[in-house]
Amino acid sequence: MREALDPWFFVNAAYAITIAATLALVAWSWLAMRAAERRRDEGRRK
Amino acid sequence: MHGFANPARFLRIARWLAPALLVAGLVLTTLSLTYGYFFAPAERLQGETVRILFIHVPTAWLGMGGWMAIAVASFVELVWRHPLASLAARGAAVPGAVFAALCLASGSLWGRPAWGTWWVWDGRLTSMLVLLFLYFGYIALAGAVHREGGSSRIPAIFGLVGAVNIPIIHYSVIWWNSLHQPPSLTTGGSAMAGPFLWGLLAATLGFSLLFGGVVLARMRALLADVQTEARLRRRALEA
Repeated sequence: MREALDPWFFVNAAYAITIAATLALVAWSWLAMRAAERRRDEGRRK
Repeated sequence: MHGFANPARFLRIARWLAPALLVAGLVLTTLSLTYGYFFAPAERLQGETVRILFIHVPTAWLGMGGWMAIAVASFVELVWRHPLASLAARGAAVPGAVFAALCLASGSLWGRPAWGTWWVWDGRLTSMLVLLFLYFGYIALAGAVHREGGSSRIPAIFGLVGAVNIPIIHYSVIWWNSLHQPPSLTTGGSAMAGPFLWGLLAATLGFSLLFGGVVLARMRALLADVQTEARLRRRALEA
């Protein structure tokens, strides 16, 4: 007999992991881009 | 395409396109996931777990799409040696790996209540796991080649050869017995009911816009690093 599972536990976990990872990816990419472009622009001014 | 491969022209376009894609992607993804989580109806057989569809399918599409982007950029790198092609391939690798990993994680979380197991070693799941390992290999190889000053043609060949796994993933549910269902959405039509189909298409478009924005941001970062390193080398030679 199949054990009774709460479907919302799996739905919540899937949404939480995906949203957290996607936001982290977007934030990391944007901040890394800004830092790399700042390094380049500061090098040009020296 | 040759004109777009000019770094100055690329930067002119990417300066406004990267934030535009990210903002549009965040808005559309938020709306579609809100619909999927709160408003989409429960499915007759799968019940509430069908809501995982709205994240599992877009992440699977982008996990495979990321490698296709690497393969196309690698082909351009090998044939035309466009200066931005290797940056485009490297830019797509990390987001592709993240979405392949999210596809596996969300699939596992869907499989436990739907199939009664977190994982099975069938064709679809195994070939998707192989794709994730290919991403890890590509990221390590391209990074090492960049650091050590090797030829960018080496990761390009790896990117092209690895593309052989994409049709294997796609057709795995047709070629072999699998717990995974066959594709519900094909060029010939959809087996999905309207409330799921339109929400899914919106979520896929939203995640795709985010993916495009992240790839452009990564390319801008990689290009800035290349320009900084070139300037430091020039100064060292002049000194």
